[in-house]
Amino acid sequence: MGLLLTPPMLWLGVAYLGALGALLVTSLWSQNDFTGEIERIWTLDNFRSLLTVDVYRTITFRTLMVAAVVTVVDAVLAFPIALYMAKVASRRAQRLLVIAVLMPLWASYLVKAYAWRGMFSADGPIAWIAQPFGLDTPGYGLFATTVTLAYLWLPYMILPVFAGIERVPDSLFEASADLGAGSWQTLRRVVIPMAFPAIVAGSIFTFSLTMGDYIAVKIVGGTTQMLGNVVYDNQGAANNLPFAAAVATIPIVVMLGYLAAARRTGALENL
Amino acid sequence: MRKTGMTRLAAVACASVLALAATACGTSSGGDDGDGGKADEQQGGFAAPDVPMADAVGEPEGQVNILAWPGYAEDGSTDKTIDWVTPFEKESGCQANVKYFGTSDEAVQLMKTGEYDVVSASGDATLRLIASGDVAPVNTELLTNYGDIVDFLKDQKFNSVDGQMYGVPHGWGANLLMYNTDVVTPAPTSWGAVFDGAADYAGKVTAYDSPIYIADAALYLMKTQPDLGIEDPYALDADQLAAAVDLLKAQKENVSEYWSDYLKEVQAFKSGDSVIGTTWQVIASVAQGEGAKVEAVLPEEGSTGWSDTWMISSQAENPNCGYLWMDYITSPKAQAAVAEYFGEAPANAKACDLTSDKSFCDTYHATDSAYAEQIHYWTTPISQCLDGRTDAECTDYGDWTTAWTEIKG
Repeated sequence: MGLLLTPPMLWLGVAYLGALGALLVTSLWSQNDFTGEIERIWTLDNFRSLLTVDVYRTITFRTLMVAAVVTVVDAVLAFPIALYMAKVASRRAQRLLVIAVLMPLWASYLVKAYAWRGMFSADGPIAWIAQPFGLDTPGYGLFATTVTLAYLWLPYMILPVFAGIERVPDSLFEASADLGAGSWQTLRRVVIPMAFPAIVAGSIFTFSLTMGDYIAVKIVGGTTQMLGNVVYDNQGAANNLPFAAAVATIPIVVMLGYLAAARRTGALENL
Repeated sequence: MRKTGMTRLAAVACASVLALAATACGTSSGGDDGDGGKADEQQGGFAAPDVPMADAVGEPEGQVNILAWPGYAEDGSTDKTIDWVTPFEKESGCQANVKYFGTSDEAVQLMKTGEYDVVSASGDATLRLIASGDVAPVNTELLTNYGDIVDFLKDQKFNSVDGQMYGVPHGWGANLLMYNTDVVTPAPTSWGAVFDGAADYAGKVTAYDSPIYIADAALYLMKTQPDLGIEDPYALDADQLAAAVDLLKAQKENVSEYWSDYLKEVQAFKSGDSVIGTTWQVIASVAQGEGAKVEAVLPEEGSTGWSDTWMISSQAENPNCGYLWMDYITSPKAQAAVAEYFGEAPANAKACDLTSDKSFCDTYHATDSAYAEQIHYWTTPISQCLDGRTDAECTDYGDWTTAWTEIKG
């Protein structure tokens, strides 16, 4: 068995973790501002400016907030859908719903993001619906980014929550009702506690995907910057790979903390 | 069993990571000796790395990879009648693979990959490319059209070092102010419309997404706040940069989005998400062609602008086709076509006889060196003040990059 597992583990170790290792090494180098050449001299300057320049703290905080809001919105939307799919819908309806949830994943990410750009545009459907009420589209910005990301990552929340609720035995619902609990109380004291690890499992996806996103922000974010944009601008535009690598360690550290916390809820068994 | 197996595998994984990290560290000491580092200390005498120059154009390789500003290498795919790449391919036998870039930073970064043979570099990219050894000196004797290039574009500090040309001039022009004619009335005449007056179009202003845009704010301050003592928008000391940053931070409150992808700006003006902001003539032309009600003007303060140079990569895989392209794109016919499409002054004076609009070169002051001097061409800011001040230290491009991130917040 060890023999069979060696190639994939090597892939994981060399190509995947190795790339991360190389990233961390790069973050300790510096760059010549003028020519853009990487200067391979060990330095902590990148991390120093990351910690001392206010704008990076602001951007990190904003990114964490967007990730948190997207996760909460997705959890709130996903829970009733998953509950209906798992416990109420007929077998046939359940299968159709699973396909319906998966369907958006077949379409390109870019198509979906640009669809939302059209939605929020000054001559788009949101403006068209809002204008009779004297309102206008919120335009491109943080709100549009949050909505777009919540839409994009919703399936990643529904599927684990659906699986989690499906594992709750029907007999527990009956027992709860026999003991006099109303449906709201059953939901609150039986279903949610049992499905909680599944929600945390789903949140790992929504949170980490949002943390690293920069494309949706570029398309619908207006002037908004998130961590991904700082990485992209430094690597793609300023060619400052060392600093980009230093910025990229922020989501890694945050996600390690998040995973450690998630592990305590038993969510990792639900992935 | 499961546990021990996993431990062993984890050890293998860790060992391989270490091995890889060690290789990365191992290669770190050799290689580049950082020649470019000296460049910003001796801008005047500018020590360019020793890169060999071609002494003849040999057999065409069959293809050429071109990195260009949008609109510089049109093959008819944007507009059927706009095509000067196909005649080049037929004439030279070189298949042209064109990639457009949106900012000078992107061009510098893409040139470092070594995948492109030639690039149309603006003045804020040229010296960085020369200093890093990514481009080679150009043997102008191999270019039949070089003699027709107007003199005031030759041997400039942004395209040559010690009298050695590093490219062939392409053309030059000014950044313009574009506005939606339905929404913005009366027509703006000043950059103030996107700075002090930006609140009139709150949430509908757009700006160029690059640190070099700071120069636009500096130019506006140069004209409106003489107390700051700005002489050159690319030579800003710390206080002057701070003033420009404040102006841009105030502008940001009214900005809908920053653009670097020219198609994104076209789309934003078409949908009405942006109604006023900086642009290039080619963007205004494309937007008008797609039915957007926009006009582009040169405001009274003058403008920042570009003077572009075709350069050849030091790692070019198709140097012969690269030279053929550089010669072709500076020929009168191609120059006339590009200049008219992009909306800029051609570098080749003979192009003026071939433009469809006979007054084109007069409109763009193509051969008027006095006018050309009034445009503040994109230049890489360096710590030596480009305006000649010796009593102050100026902010360099790295400072501008950080400032730009702070402006966007």
